[in-house]
Order: sequence, then C-alpha cells, then structure tokens
Amino acid sequence: MSLVVQNLTVDHGAIRAINGVSFTVETGKLSAVIGANGAGKSTLLRTLSGLNKATEGSAQWGEHNLLSGKPESHVRSGVSHVSEGKSVVAELTVEENLDLGALWRRNKKEATETKQQVIELFPRLGERLGQRADTLSGGERQMLAIGRALMSKPNLLLLDEPSLGLAPLVIEQIFQTIRGIVDSMNLTVVLVEQNAMGALKIADTAVVLNLGHVATSGSAADLIADPAVRAAYLGY
Amino acid sequence: MVQFINMLLIGIGAGSIYALMAIAMVLVWRSTRVINFAQAGMALLSTYIGFELVQKTGNFWIALPLAMILGALFSALVEILLIRTLIKHSTSGPVAGIVPIIATLGLLGFIRAMIGFIWGNQDIQIQPPLSKVGFKFGEETISLSPMNLLVLLSVLAMVLVLGFIFQKTSLGLSLRASAYSPEIAQLAGIRVGAIRTIGWAIAGAAGAAAGLLQTVNGTGAVSPDSLEFSLLLTFGFIAAVIGGLESLPGAVLGAVVLGLVLAAVQIYISGTLVFIVAFALLLLVLLVRPQGFIGTKAGRRA
Repeated sequence: MSLVVQNLTVDHGAIRAINGVSFTVETGKLSAVIGANGAGKSTLLRTLSGLNKATEGSAQWGEHNLLSGKPESHVRSGVSHVSEGKSVVAELTVEENLDLGALWRRNKKEATETKQQVIELFPRLGERLGQRADTLSGGERQMLAIGRALMSKPNLLLLDEPSLGLAPLVIEQIFQTIRGIVDSMNLTVVLVEQNAMGALKIADTAVVLNLGHVATSGSAADLIADPAVRAAYLGY
Repeated sequence: MVQFINMLLIGIGAGSIYALMAIAMVLVWRSTRVINFAQAGMALLSTYIGFELVQKTGNFWIALPLAMILGALFSALVEILLIRTLIKHSTSGPVAGIVPIIATLGLLGFIRAMIGFIWGNQDIQIQPPLSKVGFKFGEETISLSPMNLLVLLSVLAMVLVLGFIFQKTSLGLSLRASAYSPEIAQLAGIRVGAIRTIGWAIAGAAGAAAGLLQTVNGTGAVSPDSLEFSLLLTFGFIAAVIGGLESLPGAVLGAVVLGLVLAAVQIYISGTLVFIVAFALLLLVLLVRPQGFIGTKAGRRA
C-alpha cells in the first residue's frame, strides 16, 4: 500500500491553489511537504482528507480513492487528518476528544485498548483526562490532536503544521514523537511543515511545494544537502 | 407568604414549558446555525396531532410520546428537505446565511395555514388528563394542581434524560462535537450531516412536548392562530438567548428566570406589564452580558 498522488489540481474559486502535483509515499515512510506560506501545503492535505474538492488528477491510498467521498468515510478507510491549528474541540474534555476519534469504531474493546496506547504515548494527556481541552498548553493540545487521530486507528496520518505556535523545545519533542509513531506503529505519514529543517530531519522523503507546483522532491537527506533547497527554504 | 409561594409555583411552571421550547431553539441553532421561527408552528402541528391521538387512544400519556415521535420525524424532514438545501444554496450574495432563517418564517405561516385548512379555524379542545384544581393547604388553595405538578415532573424527566444523553452517551458526544466544531468532528469520523438531522429531530420532540403540555396546562383550547403558541415562541426564544443560545443548561436557566420574573410582575405589579418586562429583560441581558448567562464570548461569533 502506498500513497500515489498524480497530477493533482485544486482550485479555490478562481485561484489555482495546487497545480499538477505528483508524488508517492511508500508504506511506513514519513514524507515532509515543505514550502513557503501560500504554497498550497494545507490545501493539499485538505484535499487528501476529503475536506476540499479536487479539480483534476488522482490520489490513491492503496485501493482507496481519496478524491471521492467525505472525510468521515476516509477515516473509516484508515486516513486520519490533524488539521492546522491544534485540531481539538476546545469545549470538550481531553478524554472526550480522544473518544471522539473512536466513536465510529464498532469494537469498543479495541477502542479502549487504543486509548491505553495513546495515553502511554502521551502520559501528560493521561494525567489530564477530565480537563477541558482549552486548559491545555499548546504542546499538549497538539499531542491531543495527534492522539485523537490515532484513536481512529489510521494507517495513513496527515499532519498539518504540528509545530505551529510552539516553543522550540516543544517542537523538537513533537517531531521526535512523530518519528517514534511512524517507526513503532508502521504508520505512513504526510507531514506538512513551515519549519522545513525540523521536518526534513525526521522525514524519509520530502516534497518542496512552490506556488502550487512541486519545486523539487526526493529523499530528505538529499534535499538537506541540496544547495538550492538550503538557500530557498532552510535559510543558509 | 402564600402569594410568594404562588409566584414561585407559577413562575417555575411556566418556565418549565419555556425551557422545552428554548431547548428546541438551542438544539437547532447549535446543529445548523439557524434560528427556527417555525418551531412554534411545528409545536402547534404536533399539538393537533396529539389532539387526534388523544381522541384515538383516549389517553393523554400515550398520545404525548407518540406526538413527540411524530414531531421529531417532521422536524427531521424539514431539516433534510428544506434547511439542508437552503444552507447549501445560500453561501454567497447579500442574504447569505440568513436565507434558511427567513425560510423558517415562511414555514411558520405555511404550517399554520395548513392546520387551518385541515382542522378548520375554530378552537379544538384537549381534555386535561388530571384535575386542575389547586392543592389545598388548610384554608388556602395554592397555584399548583395535580396537572401542573405532572407537567413539571414531565419536563424535569425530559430535561434529565436529555442531559444524560448529551453528557454520557456516544450520540451526545457526537452532537456536542458537531455543534462546537463540525470540521474536527468530521475528521474524527462523525457523520455530521446525520447528526444535524438528529439535532433537529430532538428539537422537534421537545417542541411537541412544549406545545401539548402548555395546552393541557392552560385552557386546553388551541386554534391555528393561537396566541399561546406565539407567546411560547417569543418566550422560548428570549429564554434561549438570555441563556446564551449555545447551552442547554443555559436555556433551562434562562427559561426559569424568565418564568419567575414574569410571574413576579404579574402577581405583584400588573399582568399588562408582562410583555414590556420580557423584552426589557432580553435587552438588558444583551446589553450587560451579550454572551448570555451561560456562554462564552467566542460562542456568539458564528
């Protein structure tokens, strides 16, 4: 199973946000999508999870066509999306936010086991199960958002700027956790990031988007070494 | 002293019925961001259906839940056939967003006209299932009859059941998450469209209960242009708004406060001031605490 995106084009009204984007992510790999503000990174993820409609192209996750159907049916096929800006429901408690991700799952026993795993992964959440999500710190909220996505037992995880608005130390921690999840759960992850260096360091492969086009792509290590990428996106 | 107790009894009794109506308005607002002015019409229709069911079954307490179920189905149909389409079509232009709300005004008129067409414009009469003579304490008769008491207990039971559903069940969690953050709910796998319809259905059931209980609690008479139902809509709406419009406990609190204030005005000052005070209270709350008794400032943004 792999994620294959081909010639994907997405319009926001008259504006073409994504223009003929193609890339592939192999199972169990972490792929970073980097690029400046307005490069179309979030639109790309929102299209893959069914929130936005594509104009042209195709996106397959194994047998599953990501361009048809609503987000709620994608979740049932193993695709979880953590949208930009700490995707938690502020008015609900930490535990309710976690439970939310597993409501659709029939097997409640398995869902409870998943919750245990998530709490082991993020012990801070375990200590705060009864608290409202809006009492959490930024880093904890991001952990909760990822935890909620994991509750749906995904095999493809779409992460939109998990580092947004977090302190450098917390960012480091979140990135390490993401890498850990990929390795321990055999997850495939598409990580959209403004923090290009941090994302490239933990990624296997990467796609650089520029104004809706793929500027370059390849292994993360190669891109870090590429002088053009360094100059344009890594700042040195 | 008796007068004071009567004020409390009348206020809480009236407030409990406003509470059902306010709950209906809040549920519809939370699920689709629509103020449903047709709520009174839908409650009226359910009351007429309840009237038919009382005739058929001969028992009000069988007719009430049946009418609530039919009220829920009707409300769900309104959401699916009318509101969903209008919301989809009113995303741009000068009236974007308010088209569904205006449509509910049209629906209110439509339902009332249909009721007149089917049942005629004369009053129908629903026989109260219990005595409406107030309990006696020594020489004094207080403003609480067996009928009033049972209405109060019915509302209390419904509010408790709703509270349980919302706080303790998966359906309740889906309803809350979809109300607060539809996109995240969707990304978590919740079928938000279906949950919206369920929100409308529960509102329809609450409205049906409000209509029938108000009718048997009052004169028992109903007509298509019933003043009581216009007041039910007005007071239910005021209660919902002063309660914060987002919150079910807020709706109940708003309704009880409104009921008590109006009862106090009626008993201690004059019945003619009731409307002025009701709207003055609405304006006062909006000026002093626009987010309502229970409600966050952010909640009102939508």
